[in-house]
Amino acid sequence: MATLASSASPPHRKKKSKARSSMPGFGLSMGLTLLWLSVIVLIPLSAVFIRSAGEGWDAFWASAASERAIAAYRVSFGTAFIAGAVNSVFGLLVAWVLVRYEFPFKRLVNALVDLPFALPTAVAGIALTALYADTGWVGKLLPAGLPIAYHLPGIVIALTFIGLPFVVRTVEPVLAQMGKESEEAAATLGATRLQNFTRVIFPTIAPALATGFSLAFARGIGEYGSVIFIAGNMPFHTEIAPLLIITQLEQYNYAGATAIAVVMLIASFFMLLLLNLLQGWQRRRVAS
Amino acid sequence: MRFRSPLQEGALVRSALILAALAYLLLILLLPLVAVFAEAFRAGLPGWIEAVAEPDARAAIKLTLLVAAIAVPLNVVFGIAASWAITKHDFRGKELLITLIDLPFSVSPVVSGLIYVLLFGAHGWFGAWLQEHDIEIIFALPGILLATVFVTFPFVARELIPLMTAQGRTDEEAALSLGASGWQTFWNVTLPNIRWGLLYGVLLCNARAMGEFGAVSVVSGHIRGETNTMPLHVEVLYNEYNFVAAFAVASLLAMLALITLILKTFLEWRHRDAIAAMGH
Amino acid sequence: MAITVENVSKEFGAYPALRSVSLSILDGEFVALLGPSGSGKTTLLRIIAGLDYADDGQVYFGSQDVSRVPASERGIGFVFQHYALFGHMTVAKNIAFGLKVMNRRSRPSKADIEAKVEELLDLVQLTGLGTRYPAQLSGGQRQRVALARALARQPEILLLDEPFGALDAKVRRELRGALRDIQRRIGVTSIFVTHDRDEAFALSDRVAILNAGVIEQFAPPADIQQRPQSAFVRAFISD
Repeated sequence: MATLASSASPPHRKKKSKARSSMPGFGLSMGLTLLWLSVIVLIPLSAVFIRSAGEGWDAFWASAASERAIAAYRVSFGTAFIAGAVNSVFGLLVAWVLVRYEFPFKRLVNALVDLPFALPTAVAGIALTALYADTGWVGKLLPAGLPIAYHLPGIVIALTFIGLPFVVRTVEPVLAQMGKESEEAAATLGATRLQNFTRVIFPTIAPALATGFSLAFARGIGEYGSVIFIAGNMPFHTEIAPLLIITQLEQYNYAGATAIAVVMLIASFFMLLLLNLLQGWQRRRVAS
Repeated sequence: MRFRSPLQEGALVRSALILAALAYLLLILLLPLVAVFAEAFRAGLPGWIEAVAEPDARAAIKLTLLVAAIAVPLNVVFGIAASWAITKHDFRGKELLITLIDLPFSVSPVVSGLIYVLLFGAHGWFGAWLQEHDIEIIFALPGILLATVFVTFPFVARELIPLMTAQGRTDEEAALSLGASGWQTFWNVTLPNIRWGLLYGVLLCNARAMGEFGAVSVVSGHIRGETNTMPLHVEVLYNEYNFVAAFAVASLLAMLALITLILKTFLEWRHRDAIAAMGH
Repeated sequence: MAITVENVSKEFGAYPALRSVSLSILDGEFVALLGPSGSGKTTLLRIIAGLDYADDGQVYFGSQDVSRVPASERGIGFVFQHYALFGHMTVAKNIAFGLKVMNRRSRPSKADIEAKVEELLDLVQLTGLGTRYPAQLSGGQRQRVALARALARQPEILLLDEPFGALDAKVRRELRGALRDIQRRIGVTSIFVTHDRDEAFALSDRVAILNAGVIEQFAPPADIQQRPQSAFVRAFISD
C-alpha cells in the first residue's frame, strides 16, 4: 500500500490567500452561490422595497393602510392564526400517535401527512371547494345555516390542510428523541400518566410545537392557490392579502401592489426572527 | 402476564387517540384527495381522456414539464455549490447565508411573482429596455422560469446542508491526502455520499416546480395554450365551470403528488440512516 | 423495608437476562448488585422498581407482593445513571416534583414542600442552588439533585442505577462518601447497581455478584474476598 507520506502535495489549486480551509473549491462554489442568490433572490426582493420607497411615504401609507388592505390583513392573519392553532392541537395528536403507537397501515398514514407538501395548491383548492360547497360531500351533511365554502371558515379549512405537515414534522423528531428516562423518573416519583404528559413531556416539546405553529402561520398568511377557490374573495370580507396584491397589479396600480407586498414581507421577516428565537429556546431546553 | 410499562397509556386511551388522529387525517387530507379523482372520472374514462388530450391541456402539460426540466437542474447545481461552500469550509456569516437561502420559503408565492414583474414587467426597471430589444420575460416562458426557480430555490440546499454537515469532511480530506483533485474528490467521494439526500431534494423540488400556482399566476399572463402551466390551466377550466375537465387535469397533478409521496417513502425506508442525518 | 425477590426470570426475546433469581434484603441494608455488562443487574433493579416486569417470579416489599404494582405506586426512589433531571425545571422544582404530583388529600402544603426542598438541598450539600437549572450544574451537582429528588417523598426503598457511571474519578469518590453518609443517616434500604468492584465493596453491607442472569454469591464484602464461592467470583474480584 502506498504510503501517505509520499503522496502528492495537497491540491490547493484555488488557494485563497488566507487559506481558510484545506478544502478546495471555495472560490468557485461560494462565487456561484452568491451570484445565484443575488440574481434570483436578493436583487428582486430589494426591488420591492426600492420601488415602494420611490413612491413616497404618503402613497405607501395610503395603500398599505387603506381600509380594504386592513380588512385583507385581518382575513389573512386571522384565518392563518386559527388554522395554526387547530393544527397545533391535532398536529400534536398525530405526531404523538405516529411516534408512540403501532397500528396497521402506519407507514401509509405517515406518508399521507406529507400530502400538502406534494400536492399543488390549486388542486387542493378546487378539491376543498368541491367538498365543502353546499352540494359537496361534506357540505351536504352540514346544517343549512353553517356556511363554509365562500366564507371565512372555508379559508380556515384550506389553511388547515396546508399547514398540517408543519406541526407534525416539527414535533415528531423532538418527541422521538426524548428518551425514556425523564418519563421513567417522573413515574418513579409518583406521577400519573396524565401528570407525566402535562408536566414533563409537554414542556419538553413546547418549543417544537411553537416552531411548528409559527411555520404553519407564516405559510398561511401568504397562501394563495388553495384559498382563492374556496374563499369567495369579497373585498372587506373574504379577500386575502395576496389576492389584493394581484387585484392591484391587474389594475396597473404597481404602487398599491408593492405597498401591500412590503407589509407581507415585513411580516415574513418578523416570523423568521421569531423562528430563530424559538430555535434558540429549543436548544436551551434540550441542553440538560 | 401482559402488563403495561409505566410509560404507556391504557389500551382504551391509546385506541381513542389513534382513532381521533386517523379521523382528523381522513377528514382533512384523504377526503380532498379522493374528491379529486371522484370528480375527475365523473364522466367516465372517455371524458377524462378527452379533457387531458385536448390541445390546450397538452400545451399546459408540455410547458409544466419544460419548466421543471430547466428549473430543477439549475437549483440542483446551485444547491450543491451552496452546500459545498457552507459545509466544507469555515467562514463568518454562515448562519446569515443559510437564512438568506431559506428566504424564498417565507415569502408569499404572489410576492415571489410580483418581484419579477417589478423588474421585467412593462413598467418595471428593465421594462423599457426589454421592449426595445423585443425580449419577452413577463407573460412568457422566461418569466415563468424565474418565478419557479425562486420558489424552489432552497429545496436542494436545505436537504444537502444538514446531511453534509453530519457527514463531516474526513472522507474528502482522506481523498485529498491521497492526491485527488477537488473535482475528483467531489465526483468520487462527496457525490456518492450525498446521492440519497440529493434525490430526496430533487423529488421535493420537482413537486413544487410542477405544482407552483401563485407565483406563476402573477407572471404568466394566462395566455391559453401558451403561458398556462397545468395548475393555471386547472384554474382556467374551473372558472369556466368546466369542472370535469378541471378535475381531470388536476388528477394528473394529484397522481404526480402520489408518486412523489411513494418515492419519498421508499427513499426514507431504504436509506433511513442517510435520511436521519438530514434531520428528518 | 425489607425486599424479597423470589425466582424472578426475564427474557428479552430469546436472550435470558435473569434466570430464576432470588434475593433477600434486610431493612436498612445497603446492597450492591455487581457484575459485568449484560449480567442482568440493571434488569433486576428495574424489575424491583417496577419499570420493567418479570416474566416469572415475585417481588415483595415487606410482606406485600408488589409484582403487579406500577412503579408510580411502589413508593420507591430511583436515581438514574444520566440523572434524568427535568431540564425545563429549576433544581428546586425538580426536587419538589414528587411532592407536587401527589393527590390532593396526601399532598403537603406549599410551605411544607418548600421547607422539605431546603432540607434536602442541605442534605446533599447544594444549599442555595435551588433556583439554578440543570444545564447550569456540573455532573456531580446534577447527581446530587437527582438523589435529593428521589428522597423527597421519603421512600422506603432507594434504587440507584450506576449513579456515578457518568462522572470522573474524583467526583465519584466524593459522592460515594456522601451517599453512604446520607444512607446511614436516613436508614433507607438501598440497592445500587455498579460494575466497579471497589465501589461496591467500599459502600455496601452486602454484595450480590451477578453473572449471565444468575447470582453467583450474595454476602458481605469481606466474606466474598476471603471465601469466593465460584471460579467466576474469584476471577471477578481479583485482577
